[in-house]
Amino acid sequence: MIDNQEFMVEAYPRELTQNPLRKIWMPCKNGHIVHRRVCMTNCPTLIVTVGLPARGKTYISKKLTRYLNWIGVPTKEFNVGQYRRECLKIYKSFEFFRPDNEEGLKIRRQCALSALNDVRQYLSVEGGQVAVFDATNTTRDRRKTIIMFAEQNGYRVFFVESVCEDPEVIAQNIVQVKLGNPDYIDCNSDEAIKDFMKRIKCYESSYQPLDEVLDRDLSYIKIMDVGRRYLVNRVVDHVQSRIVYYLMNIHITPRSIYLCRHGESDLNIKGRIGGDSGLSDRGKEFAKRLRNFLQEQNIKNLKVWTSQMKRTIQTAEILGVSYEQWKSLNEIDAGVCEEMMYEEIQERYPLEFALRDQDKYRYRYPKGESYEDLVQRLEPVIMELERQENVLVICHQAVLRCLLAYFLDKTADELPYLKCPLHTVLKLTPVAYGNTQTFDLTAFSPCDPQLSQEAPS
Amino acid sequence: DVISWASYMTNSPTVIVMIGLPARGKTYISKKLTRYLNWIGVPTKVFNLGVYRREAVRAYKSYDFFRHDNEEAMKIRKQCALVALQDVKAYLTEEGGQIAVFDATNTTRERRDLIQDFVKENAFKVFFVESVCDDPEVIAANILEVKVSSPDYPERHRERVMDDFLKRIECYKLLYWDLSFIKVINVGQRFLVNRVQDYIQSKIVYYLMNIHVHSHSIYLCRHGESKHNVEGRIGGDSELSPRGKQFAHALRDFIDEHKLSDLKVWTSQLRRTIQTAEELGVPYEQWKILNEIDAGVCEEMTYEMIQETFPEEFALRDQDKYHYRYPGGESYQDLVQRLEPVIMELERQGNVLVICHQAVMRCLLAYFLDKGAEDLPYMKCPLHTILKLTPVAYGCKVEMFYLNVEAVNTHRDRPLGKIPKDSTLIHRRNSYTPLSSHDQVKRPRLYSAGNQPWLPLAPTPSALMPEERQSQVSEIVKGSPSKSRRLSVIGPTTVVIMCLAFSHLSFGSS
Repeated sequence: MIDNQEFMVEAYPRELTQNPLRKIWMPCKNGHIVHRRVCMTNCPTLIVTVGLPARGKTYISKKLTRYLNWIGVPTKEFNVGQYRRECLKIYKSFEFFRPDNEEGLKIRRQCALSALNDVRQYLSVEGGQVAVFDATNTTRDRRKTIIMFAEQNGYRVFFVESVCEDPEVIAQNIVQVKLGNPDYIDCNSDEAIKDFMKRIKCYESSYQPLDEVLDRDLSYIKIMDVGRRYLVNRVVDHVQSRIVYYLMNIHITPRSIYLCRHGESDLNIKGRIGGDSGLSDRGKEFAKRLRNFLQEQNIKNLKVWTSQMKRTIQTAEILGVSYEQWKSLNEIDAGVCEEMMYEEIQERYPLEFALRDQDKYRYRYPKGESYEDLVQRLEPVIMELERQENVLVICHQAVLRCLLAYFLDKTADELPYLKCPLHTVLKLTPVAYGNTQTFDLTAFSPCDPQLSQEAPS
Repeated sequence: DVISWASYMTNSPTVIVMIGLPARGKTYISKKLTRYLNWIGVPTKVFNLGVYRREAVRAYKSYDFFRHDNEEAMKIRKQCALVALQDVKAYLTEEGGQIAVFDATNTTRERRDLIQDFVKENAFKVFFVESVCDDPEVIAANILEVKVSSPDYPERHRERVMDDFLKRIECYKLLYWDLSFIKVINVGQRFLVNRVQDYIQSKIVYYLMNIHVHSHSIYLCRHGESKHNVEGRIGGDSELSPRGKQFAHALRDFIDEHKLSDLKVWTSQLRRTIQTAEELGVPYEQWKILNEIDAGVCEEMTYEMIQETFPEEFALRDQDKYHYRYPGGESYQDLVQRLEPVIMELERQGNVLVICHQAVMRCLLAYFLDKGAEDLPYMKCPLHTILKLTPVAYGCKVEMFYLNVEAVNTHRDRPLGKIPKDSTLIHRRNSYTPLSSHDQVKRPRLYSAGNQPWLPLAPTPSALMPEERQSQVSEIVKGSPSKSRRLSVIGPTTVVIMCLAFSHLSFGSS
């Protein structure tokens, strides 16, 4: 969505001109194209996490930030623990967190305020749209401070609380995440766990969870037992609705996502882009090797997805398993440049060719699509990938780049240049260390170096 | 191997069970949800117990029917539930249904146990949608809007109606039993979601969280007449014709006249809709997904040119206009999939004016007016005409405003006569075939009088029955002692219920 709310009411109707790069019609004033901002809400949103330590708040913050940035909402997270580490320099023990430690309380409050200051900088000055304030925020008092801050600055507040009493989950969190934490760099695991448990205790006595009655006017989602149950209160706008939908679809069950392109196609060999050609002989060979590879991997309940283009479907057919076709996985539409070679495009449409290099992410082919359009059309695919467990997605170069950018947290500038060669399978396995859900990316080339001769793009 | 083009379609069917006291919006939610699911291509049908009960027991007398100490009434209500569940089973296993919405109060543990057993027996999934409300104003408004025009209340006296209905509600104040579900509290102010099992449940939750009941209107119109329109060309990205500009001007006056507060204006990213919006002098939002259907290789051609250059394609399109995809382009089916976020956002918003295109407008209209794939591609959406849609009780009121600016007619009617259907051709991919909630197979339901003694002063059961059933009734009533069983199964899936017509019997929803 593109809006032009920044306009003052002037002489109407205004002349329209089409931005040559993005192919978007915009009114121009005295020959100047007026800039517009993509925005989903009218005012910036402050997401505030709530919960005891080791409840997955940072995991959620980071994942949510990654998702929002990918769909085009400028988002940044502010982890108060980070601020505290910078301030304190050396972490001694859980004693710092004792509720009767005056010095500790003062420092922690300072850190929160410092973080809020940076939030204000990001949202009001730097053009950010969403800020995720990641801290325990377990008392009503602390939350009141934040609400007042948001009101003063014209931000909407949305709380995300994570409640979990399952001791196994908590223990696992501590082991996976906290032990690698800089706070415990000099301790052995047992000491670290003991200290951390005591740290949690410091928060427990003063913890005031979001209450159905007392907090009925606040906007929030309460996530219980790692997503088994949710309580959602007063969702007021589009971005909050999307956040809730996203949070309700993610899970932490271990699984792997396999991404690859179709086997080499006839048009690939000719160096032409787009089109709907079939597999070449080498492409068929790849599909066979892919089948063997999958059998070796011995994946439980693997789902296979393809686009609705011949080359991905042919690849899946050779696998001999059932698969699902998604039109949204179709390759980027190159419009008037479909089935052309890059040399031809450069000859026939030199301006277009140049524009594409200027801003490959936003560049839209005449009568075609841009990477930015692709991301919008792939969002339901990402949402369903989050819901699923083991999946193999057989798709196309530009599509694969978009999906990869989501998982690997790549920016719009990096996305169109990610390396996605033919005949290579990327296996993504979520790994939680250091609070990041990064992905172990293993590239398998079931075919020996027999890469096709496709033009670099 | 089976190509599963939409895995949720091959999963087990789901029964959505509504729970809640009367006047909590259950039927509203049932119907709206069903309309949405059918539009996105998931065959869904509502089974409203009140309808079954009203068919079984003709004249509603008072709330006594609903008291838990009224044994006769309880039995009838239970039978109705059984009949409805049999219909659910038939729909989901024989008629190609994917989701059945069981719309009733379902507030007793006993009733929910009955449903759970049924679901387990048939290996269906079950998802509860509970509607809870503690805001008295909302309840009152609910009652007045819907129940006053219900067949249960022939009298229109408001106070009597309210009083009677509130008494009905008292009969249901029992403790609920929390199950796997979504609990909608105070019409969407708050939600409690428990154990979502799969994709379709997740979509249902998302949808329910986005709809609201505030009064608002949605205005749909096409761009002003374009230069391509004048030449009879489809697609493309041409400018407005002079008449098109006139229309934009008239549209501006229309908006001023209607004094629409906080009207949002949306356009596509094609020039003609943006030009139209520019004339209005208000901020507007551009959506690429509102662009007209992509006619692929046929873009910018006239229908004559298409018929000449691609005669087979031209013929195919008339065979099945909904599923037909232009080579290198899109189908109506693809359009619906692409427009889903627009519908979701329209549900969230207040007053919106959507300036779009013919095919797009047909898809949006089909959602609001519950039209299926058969009718959708032939809905009339002429140029220079605004459709105002206002949600009303369970449906949508449509008002048409023609702004008196001439334009060409771009509508092509459904071809007459039989068109040979090539069955191998249309290969459905990845669902998204809107069905209308009405498109479902209708099965005859038979009810007849029971062998309970009835008071001579009361009208005879047969007199209450429509003509064709009377013979059946009299046969059973005259029947032999062996027919003393309450229930007799006539067909494989129909159940005959004994109808009790006593003057002191009262009715309501079951």
